[in-house]
Amino acid sequence: MAMLDSSADLSLQATQLFRRKRMTTFAVLLAIVAYFAYIFVAFDIPALWQRANAENAKTLVADAYSYKTHVTMDNRNSEITVSIEGDRKARYTEANEPDWVVRGDETTEIDLGDGHLVTFAPNFVTYDVPDFGLMTFEVSRSRGVIQTYPVDADQLPDWISASKNRVGITTDAGRLSVTRNRSEVFRYFNGWELFFFALESPYYGKSFGEISGLALNGEAAAIFHDFWHNPLWRHGAVVWALFETILMAFLGTLGAAILALPLAFMAARNFAPLFAVRFAVRRFFDFVRGVDALIWTIILTRAFGLGPLTGALAILITDSGTFGKIFSEALENVDSKQIEGIQSTGAKPLQRYRFGVLPQIIPVLLSQVLYFLESNTRSATVIGAITGGGIGLMLVQAIITQKDWEEVSYYIVLIILMVMFMDWFSGWLRKRLIRGK
Amino acid sequence: MADLATTNLNANTVADDYIAQVARKRLYSGLMLLFFVVLMVSGFQVASTRNGGSFWGGIDNFFDYPAEVVSEAWANLDQLPGFMWEYLPALLETFNIAALSTLIGAAFAVVLSLLSTRGLARFPRLIPVFRRIMDATRAIPEIVVALVLIFIMGGGPVPAMIAIAIHTAGALGKLFSEVNENADLKPIDGLASVGASWSQRMLLGVVPQVAPNWLSYALLRLEINIRASAILGFVGAGGLGYELKNAISWGPGRFDEAAAMFIILFLTIMIVDQVSSYFRDRLVHGAAGRS
Repeated sequence: MAMLDSSADLSLQATQLFRRKRMTTFAVLLAIVAYFAYIFVAFDIPALWQRANAENAKTLVADAYSYKTHVTMDNRNSEITVSIEGDRKARYTEANEPDWVVRGDETTEIDLGDGHLVTFAPNFVTYDVPDFGLMTFEVSRSRGVIQTYPVDADQLPDWISASKNRVGITTDAGRLSVTRNRSEVFRYFNGWELFFFALESPYYGKSFGEISGLALNGEAAAIFHDFWHNPLWRHGAVVWALFETILMAFLGTLGAAILALPLAFMAARNFAPLFAVRFAVRRFFDFVRGVDALIWTIILTRAFGLGPLTGALAILITDSGTFGKIFSEALENVDSKQIEGIQSTGAKPLQRYRFGVLPQIIPVLLSQVLYFLESNTRSATVIGAITGGGIGLMLVQAIITQKDWEEVSYYIVLIILMVMFMDWFSGWLRKRLIRGK
Repeated sequence: MADLATTNLNANTVADDYIAQVARKRLYSGLMLLFFVVLMVSGFQVASTRNGGSFWGGIDNFFDYPAEVVSEAWANLDQLPGFMWEYLPALLETFNIAALSTLIGAAFAVVLSLLSTRGLARFPRLIPVFRRIMDATRAIPEIVVALVLIFIMGGGPVPAMIAIAIHTAGALGKLFSEVNENADLKPIDGLASVGASWSQRMLLGVVPQVAPNWLSYALLRLEINIRASAILGFVGAGGLGYELKNAISWGPGRFDEAAAMFIILFLTIMIVDQVSSYFRDRLVHGAAGRS
């Protein structure tokens, strides 16, 4: 193939080639830029900034690492309750109330720190802000909230929002809101409160040392019970949900593998000589794979109701198509010499498959199954959110209620840890099973 | 087995040992299999007790819903093409979410994978850091990011796109770095010897070697992302999934619309599947004429 081009020709060719390549690169870049421009319009990006709610983002981030304690006075009967996040299940009793709430005969003083002082009294509330002055709010059934400020009413700073029936004050120390029906103070603290023990538990507020001391004295079971059945964080339910998610992934993946293996034999060229069978089984795989997991989930939810079984079956059906395809490709690549060797000893077909074929494809099979087990843990989280099972459901519920973002961040951390664990576990198992012990 | 070496190795002991070994192996395999079967059966039972309806109670109804949908779609067969046309924009949105997130995710994956491949990395000391970043982004399920972003940004395609892109960056980054490890280092040395910067070395020395495999993986990811984007629509991220959810929760009366959506989603997935497997075959094995 000796080409007798002169060097001038060669350089010309090279230049042309370079130019063509450059043009192609340029065209691809241009296409991508054009696509981005189209998306900018199609996804309505400019409107996104208007819709985006920075306030939501702030609450989310702040709530993820802090909590607030509510001090609430019912203005109709002057009853005062102190609770964490305003949750009925986390209400302080008179005995264990925090020391920054001081109850007097008539008035209750709430110290928000840094000199901020709120006083609750029947029918009126005062808030003393340092460097600003004392504000007084009188609550009247007929005239709304009567407000007295140290400055003129038209010069109120922007951290006070006032209307006839409602006052909201947000300072660095906390928040006060007064309406005709109730007055409420929020004080913010860092951390995830009551993570280990609820308020009514005898172990609440004890240090780690005290708890371990008590545990050694035979109270370990009671301590664990209080922790496990914590009504706010529901550790038992969360662990169960994690287990349910992994169970869905496990049942779905392995069920799919068991279902797909015999079918894969029917779809492999060297095991199913009949073209019609092969064609039918292969189209079946394509169909099952093509109908999205979402559609299977919908159909199955109608038949089996909500729950983890439905999620497991959705994964099972979708993946049996994928496994069927992968397994049949692996079967087409097996070495026929081993099978012939087994056959020469007089082995029956089933024995030929067991000793001639399976040992060859088991490594491929196992590594695929384990890989899918890991990725299905993630799918099970999503499918669980739709079919109502596992940690996915808890996450969706926690987000929909929009109340406890620290729970949301807790679930997110757990989900990520779960997926990373399954990733590590399947890798470890793959190494042990395939490369030998 | 020290005694084996000292005693006479007559055929009998060897055969006995072999039989014993096989029996032991069979016992272990049998026990493993039994354990596995028990695990599966009890697992299904646990899942079944926690389920709204039981397996045997529901198996008869398995085809009820498809039958309802099909019969309603059959009754309004003449309207089906109209519905398909009506939901084409939603389908396009689902596809765009997938395409854009694959594009953006792949771009990040390229950078991350080059930074975390031994021999190519710009900052070799930071390789473990970039690897952990990829692990973390891979571990985050799309739904987590999507739901949080929907809360902040409101519903729509962008939260879903960002969520899928984050996961794609990690998943593709891992595959890309495996490809990079097989790249020949000689062109890079050559480029380094004429004073090329790191980005020039990567762009001119590595990318031409690995681009076909990268593209192949990216196409595979596009397939996966279309499915993910349809599912995320179901939890409120727009596109076809969202419309499908509305039509289904409406119940009978809009099943014909649901059927139309099922069909276009199925067709899209099939088409993308076929087109991408054709191109992937070409990219990895070369064009038919050249190989």
